Amino acid sequence: MKKLGLIVNPIAGMGGRVGLKGTNGADIIAKALELSAEPVSPARAVETLRSLKRAGVKFELITYPAEMGAAEASEAGLEARVIGHITSGKTTAEDTKRAAKEMLEQGVDLILLAGGDGTMSDMIEAIGTQVPILGIPTGVKMHSAAFANTPQTAGEVVARFLSEELPLREAEVMDIDEEAYRENRLVAKLKGYVRVPYEPVMMQATKEGSTGYELADQKAIARWVVESMEKGRTYALGPGTTTRAVAEELGIYDSTLLGVDLIENYKLLARDTNEQYILEVLGKKPMTIIVSPIGGQGFILGRGNQQFSPAIAKRVGKENVWVLVTPHKLRATSTLKVDTGDTELDREFRGYMRVITGYRQTCMAKVV
Amino acid sequence: MSYQQARWIEPLIFELSKPGRVGSSLPGKPRGSINVPKELLREKLELPELSEPEVVRHYTRLSQMNYGVDSGFYPLGSCTMKYNPKVCEELAALETASCIHPHQAEETVQGALELMYRLERFLAEIAGVARISLQPSAGAHGEFIAMLLTRAYHKSERDGKRDRVIVPDSAHGTNPASAAMAGYEVVTVPSNARGRVDLEALKAAVSERTAALMLTNPNTLGLFENQIIDIAEVIHDAGGLLFYDGANLNGILGKTRPGDMGFDIVHFNLHKTFATPHGGGGPGAGPIGVQKELEKFLPVPVVEYDRKRKRYYFDYNRPHSIGKIKGFYGNFGVLVKAYAYLLLMGAEGLNEVTEAAVLNANYIMHKLLGVKGYELKFDASGPCKHEVVFSTESLKLETGVTARDVAKRLLDHGIHAPTYYFPPIVPEALMIEPTETEPREELDHFVDVLNTIAQEARSNPEKLRSAPTATAIGKLDEAKASREPILSWGTHRKSAKK
Repeated sequence: MKKLGLIVNPIAGMGGRVGLKGTNGADIIAKALELSAEPVSPARAVETLRSLKRAGVKFELITYPAEMGAAEASEAGLEARVIGHITSGKTTAEDTKRAAKEMLEQGVDLILLAGGDGTMSDMIEAIGTQVPILGIPTGVKMHSAAFANTPQTAGEVVARFLSEELPLREAEVMDIDEEAYRENRLVAKLKGYVRVPYEPVMMQATKEGSTGYELADQKAIARWVVESMEKGRTYALGPGTTTRAVAEELGIYDSTLLGVDLIENYKLLARDTNEQYILEVLGKKPMTIIVSPIGGQGFILGRGNQQFSPAIAKRVGKENVWVLVTPHKLRATSTLKVDTGDTELDREFRGYMRVITGYRQTCMAKVV
Repeated sequence: MSYQQARWIEPLIFELSKPGRVGSSLPGKPRGSINVPKELLREKLELPELSEPEVVRHYTRLSQMNYGVDSGFYPLGSCTMKYNPKVCEELAALETASCIHPHQAEETVQGALELMYRLERFLAEIAGVARISLQPSAGAHGEFIAMLLTRAYHKSERDGKRDRVIVPDSAHGTNPASAAMAGYEVVTVPSNARGRVDLEALKAAVSERTAALMLTNPNTLGLFENQIIDIAEVIHDAGGLLFYDGANLNGILGKTRPGDMGFDIVHFNLHKTFATPHGGGGPGAGPIGVQKELEKFLPVPVVEYDRKRKRYYFDYNRPHSIGKIKGFYGNFGVLVKAYAYLLLMGAEGLNEVTEAAVLNANYIMHKLLGVKGYELKFDASGPCKHEVVFSTESLKLETGVTARDVAKRLLDHGIHAPTYYFPPIVPEALMIEPTETEPREELDHFVDVLNTIAQEARSNPEKLRSAPTATAIGKLDEAKASREPILSWGTHRKSAKK
C-alpha cells in the first residue's frame, strides 16, 4: 500500500481577496488577519481529499496536526496517521518545511501540498526532487507548474498515482517578488524544480497513437532543434528542462537550468549569461532565442527568463524565437503568454505562432 | 441486466495437444521431390496434435466469446462498423474471385480486371475525382501513398522546398503519422470553439513551405467543415494540396463530393464505407483518388481497357508513377465485396445510406441530450453528420465515473463500446456512430442503457467501476496488455518460464 503525505499551508491564499498579493512573511500574515482575511486553503484541500476518496483507492495517509492536514482529512472522512507538532493558529513556513522533511523520513510515495508558489518554493529547500509532490492550488500566486489545475483534478491525479504507476516529470517552481508585486511590478523568478506525477496518455490511449512521456518528447524536440541549427548563428538557450535537453543533445551537460546559455557552432559560448552580454553578441552575429513556456501559466517571455529583455527580443524578432513545448505541457496550458514589459513588443508576439512539439512536429499555438 | 456472454474456460490449443493424436489424413507422400534448401528444413514441427472435432469445438467456443457487428450494436465512432451483407461475402467467395492467381495470364482474368476497372469508375464518380488507384491495402497505407503523391507533384513543379503538412488537432493519429513517414514536418492547427478548423490559425500556418492539408470532412466530431471552400482557397493560394481523409465518407455519400469541395487527393476506406468486414488488422482497402494534374503520379499498375482488342490489361508504362506500392494488385477480395455492395445499393441506395446514418446519429444526439451526465462540448446548434461525440465530464465531476467506466459498463449490456477518449480535444469523450443499419429500437435501447449507467454512477459507482462482469473476459490491465503483449505460443512459454 502506498503512503501519501498531506501538508496544508493553512494561511496560503489568504492575502488574495484582501488585495495583499501573497502571504509570504509574518508581518503580511498579521496584516491579512487584520483585514479579516478568511482561510481558503483548508476548504480547497478538503475538496481534493473528497475527490480522492471518491476514487476508492486504498492508501495510508500521513499528515501534520490540526489545520495543517489532520482537520482537513477528518472533514473529508479520511483516516490519517498524524505526526509532528505545531502551534495551531500560528504556523509558519518552518512548519511546512519540517513537515516535508519528516514525511521524507517516513518514506511517503508522494506529498500532496496545499499552498501557493511560496509554499512550493519552500519545498525546493526542504526536499528538492527526493519525493514527488503535487500542489493543490490554494495560494494567491500559482505560477509554478507543480500545481494541478483544480483541487478536483489534484484528487484524480493522486488517485491514479496511488492505484497505478504514473510517470514523473520535473516541474518549474516559480515565485514572484512580493515586494515588487505590491508596487505593481511583476518579477517572476524561476526558483528551481520539484518532481510531479503527470498523466500523459490516458486521453490518447485509443487512436492518436502513443504520445510518449515527457522526457522522450523533450529528447525528440531537442533532436530536431539541433538538426535545425546553422553554423555562424548564436543560439540563446533560455531556462527550463526542455531547453536543457537541447544542450544535452549537443553533449553539453553543464548548462544552467535557471539561466540563459549561449551556443555557437554546437558548442557552449557562454554560460548563465546576462542581458548586457547577450546584446554584445547580438551585435556581431544573428541570433535565435530558444525558450520553453515557464511555469504553469505558459509564459514564453518575461517570466522566469527576464535576461531576454525587450531590447533583445525586439532585435531578434518573432521569427527567430523558437518555442519548445511538449504536447502534454501544451495541452495543460492551451495558450501561451508574453509579458516582456514592452506593450508594443507583446502585441507583436500575440496571435498564432508555430511552436515545436516534437521531432518534425509543430503546432499552431495562440499567444495571448 | 439481461446479457451474459458465453464464458468458456478454454485452454490454449497447444495445451489441449496430446502426442500422437491426428486430425487429418493426407493422401501419402507427394510424388516427385522438392528441392528445399537444407537451412530451411526443420526436423521437428511443434504443432498441436488434436482430432478434428476437438479443433472444431475449440474454435467454436472461442468464437462464442467474441463480439462483432453480427452479434450486436457496434457504435464505434469513426470506424463505421456497419452490417456487411452476406451476399457480398458469397460473391467474393466464388471460385472465379477467390481462386484466381495473380500470376495468371491477363486473358484468363478479364472478369477480375473488368471488376477493378468498373469499381475505379464508381469510386471516381462518388468522390468527384479524375482517377483512382485501388492498390493501397489499408486506410493508413492510402494516406501514406497520398503523401508520396504530394511530394511527387511538388517535385515535378520544381517546388521541392515544401516540407510541411498541416493537420487539424481533431484528425486521426494516422494523418500525422503518414505525413511524418513521408518525411514531412507536421504542423498541427487547433479547432475553434465550434469544433471546426480555426481559419485564423490555418492562415497563420500556411507558407511557401506548405505541401498539403490533411482534412477529414465531416470531421471526427461528426461536424461538417462548412468553411471548406475558404479552407481550400487558403491552401491552394499558398500552393499546397488538399487531402481528403475518407474515414467519414459515410456521412456525405451522394450528397456532396470531396472533389467538388476542392480536394485534390481523396482517400477511401472501402472496409468502412462500402461494407467490408474490418477490425482485427484487416484485410482492408484504402484506394486513392486524384484530380487530373496528379493522375500521372499514381502507383503502377492501373487497369486500362484496349478498345481495339476489347481487352483489359495492367498498364505499367507510366514514367511519372511513384512506382509499386503493394504486392500484385491490392486486396482483391475486399474490392470484390465493395463492388458487390455498390451494385447492390445503386446510386439511390447510397443516398439512403447516408440519410439513414445521419438520421440515426441525430436521433441519438437528440435523445441523449436529455440525459443528465452527457453533453456536447462543441457546436450543438445544428445537426451532426453520421456520428456524434458526447462528453461525460459532468458525470465525472459529479460521481468520479469516467468515460472509460461508462464504455466498459456498456459491454455488460451486450453493446460494444463507442470509441472513447477520441478525439482528444473532447474531455471524457464517447464517440458514437450508430450507422445506417440499426433499427430505431436498437437506438432507443442504447440511450436507455446510457441513462441507466448514469443513474448507476450516482447510486453505485463502485459496482460500475468493476465492469465488465457479464463478458467472457473482465476488466483488463490495458497498460500491461500493451507493454507486455503475448501474441504467440512461443512468447507465452518464455514469459511463463520467467
